[in-house]
Amino acid sequence: MAIQNTIDRANEELSRQDFVSDQMVKWCPGCGNHSILSAVSKVFPEIGYKKENFCFVSGIGCSSRFPYYVNTYGVHGIHGRANAIASGVKLANPHLSVWIVTGDGDSMAIGGNHFIHIVRRNIDVNIMLFNNQIYGLTKGQYSPTTPMGSITKSSPQGTIEHPFNTANLVLGAQGTFFARAVDTRPSLMTDIMYEAAKHDGTSVVEILQNCVIFADKAHESITGKDVKDDVQLILKHGEPMIFGKNRDKGIIFNGRELEVATIGENGVTLDKILVHDQYQKDPGLHRMIARMAPNRGGMPVALGVIRSAAYPTYDDMVEDQIAYAKENGKIKNMDDLLNSGDTWEL
Amino acid sequence: MTNNKNFVELEDAVVKFVGDSGDGMQLTGTLFSDTAALMGNDLATFPDYPAEIRAPHNTIAGVSGFQSHIGKRHIHTSGDACHVLVAMNPASLKANLKWCRPNAVIIVDGDIFDEKGCEKAGYQTNPLTDGSLNSYKLVNLPISSLTKSAIEDSVSDLKTGMKSKNMYCLGLVYNLFMMNLDIAGHLLKKRFKKKAEVAEMNIMVVKAGYEYAEKNNIFETKFKVGAAALEKGKYRNITGNVATAWGLLAASEKSGRPFFLGSYPITPATEILMELAQHKSLGAKVFQAEDEIAGICSAIGASYTGSLACTTTSGPGLSLKSEAIGLAVMTELPLVIVNVQRGGPSTGLPTKSEQSDLYQALYGRNGECPVIVIAASTPANCFYYAYMAAKYSMEHMTPCILLTDGYIGFGSQIFKIPKMADMPPITPPIAKENDPDYKPYKRDEKLVRKWAIPGTEGLRHRVGGLEKEDITGNVSTNPLNHQKMSEYRRDKVNKVADFIPLQEVYGEESGDLLVVSWGGTEGAVRSSVKRMIDEGKKVSHAHFNYIMPLPKNTADIFRKFKKILVCELNLGQFVNYLRSSLPEFKYQQFNKIQGLPFLVAELKEKYYEILEDK
Repeated sequence: MAIQNTIDRANEELSRQDFVSDQMVKWCPGCGNHSILSAVSKVFPEIGYKKENFCFVSGIGCSSRFPYYVNTYGVHGIHGRANAIASGVKLANPHLSVWIVTGDGDSMAIGGNHFIHIVRRNIDVNIMLFNNQIYGLTKGQYSPTTPMGSITKSSPQGTIEHPFNTANLVLGAQGTFFARAVDTRPSLMTDIMYEAAKHDGTSVVEILQNCVIFADKAHESITGKDVKDDVQLILKHGEPMIFGKNRDKGIIFNGRELEVATIGENGVTLDKILVHDQYQKDPGLHRMIARMAPNRGGMPVALGVIRSAAYPTYDDMVEDQIAYAKENGKIKNMDDLLNSGDTWEL
Repeated sequence: MTNNKNFVELEDAVVKFVGDSGDGMQLTGTLFSDTAALMGNDLATFPDYPAEIRAPHNTIAGVSGFQSHIGKRHIHTSGDACHVLVAMNPASLKANLKWCRPNAVIIVDGDIFDEKGCEKAGYQTNPLTDGSLNSYKLVNLPISSLTKSAIEDSVSDLKTGMKSKNMYCLGLVYNLFMMNLDIAGHLLKKRFKKKAEVAEMNIMVVKAGYEYAEKNNIFETKFKVGAAALEKGKYRNITGNVATAWGLLAASEKSGRPFFLGSYPITPATEILMELAQHKSLGAKVFQAEDEIAGICSAIGASYTGSLACTTTSGPGLSLKSEAIGLAVMTELPLVIVNVQRGGPSTGLPTKSEQSDLYQALYGRNGECPVIVIAASTPANCFYYAYMAAKYSMEHMTPCILLTDGYIGFGSQIFKIPKMADMPPITPPIAKENDPDYKPYKRDEKLVRKWAIPGTEGLRHRVGGLEKEDITGNVSTNPLNHQKMSEYRRDKVNKVADFIPLQEVYGEESGDLLVVSWGGTEGAVRSSVKRMIDEGKKVSHAHFNYIMPLPKNTADIFRKFKKILVCELNLGQFVNYLRSSLPEFKYQQFNKIQGLPFLVAELKEKYYEILEDK
């Protein structure tokens, strides 16, 4: 389905080459960022906007070098502030497609405030949050998503902090769009990015990304070749939540919580399996889906678009208020304003 | 008009209305000031609110005041000491008596000065009867009772009606200053446009107060302040904060760049945010961010996108914005940062004024990080300097910090309404679509790079906080490139000196003493220097609005005086900046850091001390 909004569409067919930058990509060999960059240059031509109408904004961290590696307009900001800078970009020019690249430290530690507020406001931007559970660029300190007890360079006896669950944070902040991807599934990433672009409002795409140097295999329990089919549930809107090597496991709702059931056992039939509705406004079920994890009663991890609910966007309401004021206000220009109210002639 | 011939003509008069927070002193003071303005006086006013929103009744903490300085001569400040004090309760008298000049007229509501009220204000004995006011002209009237008898026959709700006793006082002051009652009628009808009965009742009470004073000859000697010789034209009252907001909007209209404000409420700058939020019909986009940092960062995003972007704050907020100002310097984007200074450090004195953020504006960032610094100096000229801050920021592609302060931000003054056609042009260096020569960090002769606006074909580029290579804008850690770019950023700001106006001197161009000041102290210093000149002294005044860079003729001015005295409301920031910028001169300094403006008397005392010190 084509994207409908006010952003100008390209009047020519674009290709991956249109978005390739002339700068040398300086991420470590084997870093998960390479596959994300590749997914972006693949999906941008499909999104179909004029190439001048894309704008990247980033903060600080390995992920945040991203704007230099794509040939669009872009701002490489300061630590934690990508979401705030991007808010200004989008509000000042709503005809831009704004993409934020940030990390677990950038958006959930130093920039946590801006992150929850951009989500709460539902400004129409796309946030790609690279979660590698570590501070890479500063060489290996724990982050707000590092699992409790992890030994890192700043936690020699193990961390004593409870990590954030990104989805919980986003949905708690009244997020209208949340998706989860893994850097090892390029086509799922491009599908999700397209959905994010299509969503009117703040879309948060958490990408479980591997830092080969400081937290290698942090997501191995989800992405490992031998386990992935049994722990990854790929959500598709309107389809039953089925997973497993033999496609025989599904999610059911027992009236109190979600649980895994095997189709054909204990009277469970396909029609008992929950069907995913990403557009559902009530976030209750989306929260339950987002929280599923192998360490929570052997549940799979949900990947794909978990939530994509339609709510008015902040930027649209800004434009509406201005249009209304221009239509109905008496002050049409500065001379009007200067001469308004109490004045007198001498 | 009165037939009483017994009056004195005053060149200027300071009138202060004080009372409890709920007594309506702001309205009374505003109506008095508006009347003076309509009668042709020059004027400046200053509201004096308590810091607390609803402080306990009838306590010193709850005193609210409004000071108005009206004149036949040119008025520079809201005045030092009062000619007339209207005090609605004991606490307000206690808090303000120190601002009365000897022999001042003090009007009080005797009904409120009971034992309990006096005790609450901290008086041991009743000041109206214990002789402590003998050196003033005390006008002790039962204002509450008089108001009651004026309205009881015509209003149904007596309790609400009694709120109009402030209007009774206004009537008394109208009589004292021989003002035209018709003006009160006109102003009240306008103010209560949608509540005709409220307007009528208030007019009736003003009239009752006026007539009571007239009939009983309350003021043996009245005051007359003649019309000022103001330039012909259309005028209005304006506060510094509103003037700042309007100056920014005017610059947006003139430059054709859409307006964006990213801001977070902070005393005493919040009025600018609130004022701008009123003007969506001019297309102004106002974003109340989640914090100070988001305020400035959203503005940087909007600036990259081609808006005239601004952020407004006060001292502690500027501290929070420091890192982001560095980003704007590095990305060479225009950005106006308004700092309405207050007493510091830390939370300091939020509702009091000070000039102690100059160092922060000049130097408060990591790295070599120069910005343009401009300081407004009166409520009305906040309009002009906000406009010029935006103009230089856009034309030179660099952030500009505009310093004002709580005193001029809250203060108001009459303002000659400019025509937009007469405002100086603003021409930002916008890059042209598909310009084959466009390079992100290619500079013109002013060392200014072009503003390439996202969405424009053929200009895709990236900016960011990492050092950039000259011309191409690619990330670069090359040592020589960093030196070159650091020098470019410095020289670009220094070159603004070729465009700002030359510094002017008030008084003779040479003499025994040059008094130097900057920012919000202009009025007090100008008045004090004028008096010195009137007293035959060779004293002149150079008041600086352009701080970084300094006007090019600064040294030429300084050279012609035997002594230079720098007066400022801090411990000596501008004087030290001058010592490092123009070290060939010897500077003396006069500093005050009490959260209060300079008094003309204390300035003069200092000048005499310096003149006499051989």
